[in-house]
Amino acid sequence: MRLSLPERAFSVFNGLLLMLLAVGTLYPFYHVLMASFSDSKQLIAHSGVLLRPLGFQLDAYQAVLDNPNILNGYRNTIVIVVTGTLINLIMTTVAAYALSRTFMLKNTLLMMIVFTMFFSGGLIPNFLLVNNFLHMGGTYWALILPSAINSWNLIVMITSMRSIPESLIESARMDGAGEFRVLLRIVVPLSMPVISVMLLYYGVAHWNSWFQALLYLRDRETFPLQLILREILIFKNTESMSIGAGVGDQEAIGESIRYATIMVATLPILLVYPFLQKYFVKGVMVGAIKE
Amino acid sequence: MMIRRLKDDLVKNKAIYIMLLPVVAYYIIFKYAPMSGAVIAFKDFSPGKGIWHSPWVGLDNFKDFFESYYFWRIIRNTLLISFYDLVFGFPAPIILALLINEVRLATFKRFVQTVSYLPHFISTVVICGFIVEFTSTGGIINSIISFFGGTRSALLGDAGNFRTIYVSSQIWQEIGWSSIIYLAALSGINPELYEAAKIDGAGRWKQTLNVTLPGITSIIVILLILKTGSLLDVGFEKIILLYSPMTYETADVISSFVYRMGIGANDYSFTTAVGLFQSIINFVLLFSANSLSRRLSGNKIW
Repeated sequence: MRLSLPERAFSVFNGLLLMLLAVGTLYPFYHVLMASFSDSKQLIAHSGVLLRPLGFQLDAYQAVLDNPNILNGYRNTIVIVVTGTLINLIMTTVAAYALSRTFMLKNTLLMMIVFTMFFSGGLIPNFLLVNNFLHMGGTYWALILPSAINSWNLIVMITSMRSIPESLIESARMDGAGEFRVLLRIVVPLSMPVISVMLLYYGVAHWNSWFQALLYLRDRETFPLQLILREILIFKNTESMSIGAGVGDQEAIGESIRYATIMVATLPILLVYPFLQKYFVKGVMVGAIKE
Repeated sequence: MMIRRLKDDLVKNKAIYIMLLPVVAYYIIFKYAPMSGAVIAFKDFSPGKGIWHSPWVGLDNFKDFFESYYFWRIIRNTLLISFYDLVFGFPAPIILALLINEVRLATFKRFVQTVSYLPHFISTVVICGFIVEFTSTGGIINSIISFFGGTRSALLGDAGNFRTIYVSSQIWQEIGWSSIIYLAALSGINPELYEAAKIDGAGRWKQTLNVTLPGITSIIVILLILKTGSLLDVGFEKIILLYSPMTYETADVISSFVYRMGIGANDYSFTTAVGLFQSIINFVLLFSANSLSRRLSGNKIW
């Protein structure tokens, strides 16, 4: 198709604008990566754009990987992500299946659920419930159970399950399958795309979560990675990693350590992201179009 | 009659109700119990006495809040951040979706989408780490400022900059992800409409105005209603990571205030009242926006 001159001009302009946006989005990650390989003293003296590492070194990564807090945090985060996501998936799938069937109290229950999406008791009553009444403070249950179901995710899953042909479910029932069997043998296998989207949403949410841990955990040994990161990135507390360096150097080394820490903590997400991105987009689409 | 039918249904769909048992338990314990726990907003609650035995104080906690020195400050900060987010953050993903929609080259389109969604998946702590580094005196933002002749300063420590930093980083992080829903709506527009417009001699700009925009109006209105229902809901996670006593003047919002006074200073009843005030106003706003829109445009969320 031939385009007129103004249309071609627009296409070029549009392409440039979007390219600029892409560069603006990726640059911070690139900057952090380059800075993490840089020599601390040169890094402090430098300001502005970083296109390549300033003097190549891996000491910052060495310091990060030698840091017991970070390794411990990693391990704790993995425990929370695996257990939490498993509970999320079981609860959400069972809830979505039940709520995609027909029964008498269905609309009442759906209303009850939707109401909680727009109204809540607030931070303090939630905190008092989990901490003072359920006595979950100090345990990972406090991070996992209060967010066992995300109502938005639940609605997306219900919508997706409604599109499974009723005839498939009916024929399984004819063969004598009960609800649990239908769910496990028919609905779950057919819902794998939406279940994998949920796996990602919930998994990423647990990986990134830090505030609940700040509220409920007291023992440093049990802190997840994000809470350790907060100390290093926001409070700039890197002393434990630069022990042995001279007083003036400590601050200097801290600089590249902070960048290396960001890389180490974000790498898992950056690595899986390109492969999984098409699935999460599908998940949002499912919710958006059917709404 | 009702009860009889319910009994029959409980028997007939026994398995369904069994499946729903943990789900209902979850919503009652973790959603509805805290809502009823919010009665402590009307009491002088102390953990030692428990909810029942703490004395009633009526609306005193609310009165304390309305008369407090901080009331106007946190209301103003919350509304201003919400307002900037509405004015700049709401249209941004719509514009991005329209621009992406005009790209003909499929690989470039996919590349832009993939890149722009990425920041959404990065943790708040890491994003705030970026912000702290880039706004520092030697950071890249200061390099840009000094390139244009300005002087370097610690940007995050200056109360005058806080809202700009908060809102622009928010847009940077969410613009791509928020555009998905519009792109989905755009892909649902009937291509025949474009053909018809072309036959009528409409160029690309006219097509955007007369076909594309009307095609996504209803989704825009629905998202706008939802946004109205969260005007007082500026999330505290990013705020409490980025603010400091130096910037409370412009940075402290309702939710961060509740966190600091509630969890930090154990002022449970007072902060529950503040939180309840926020929830109720939000709910009223959502409700009004929804009925207004239903009357004016027919778009509604319920």
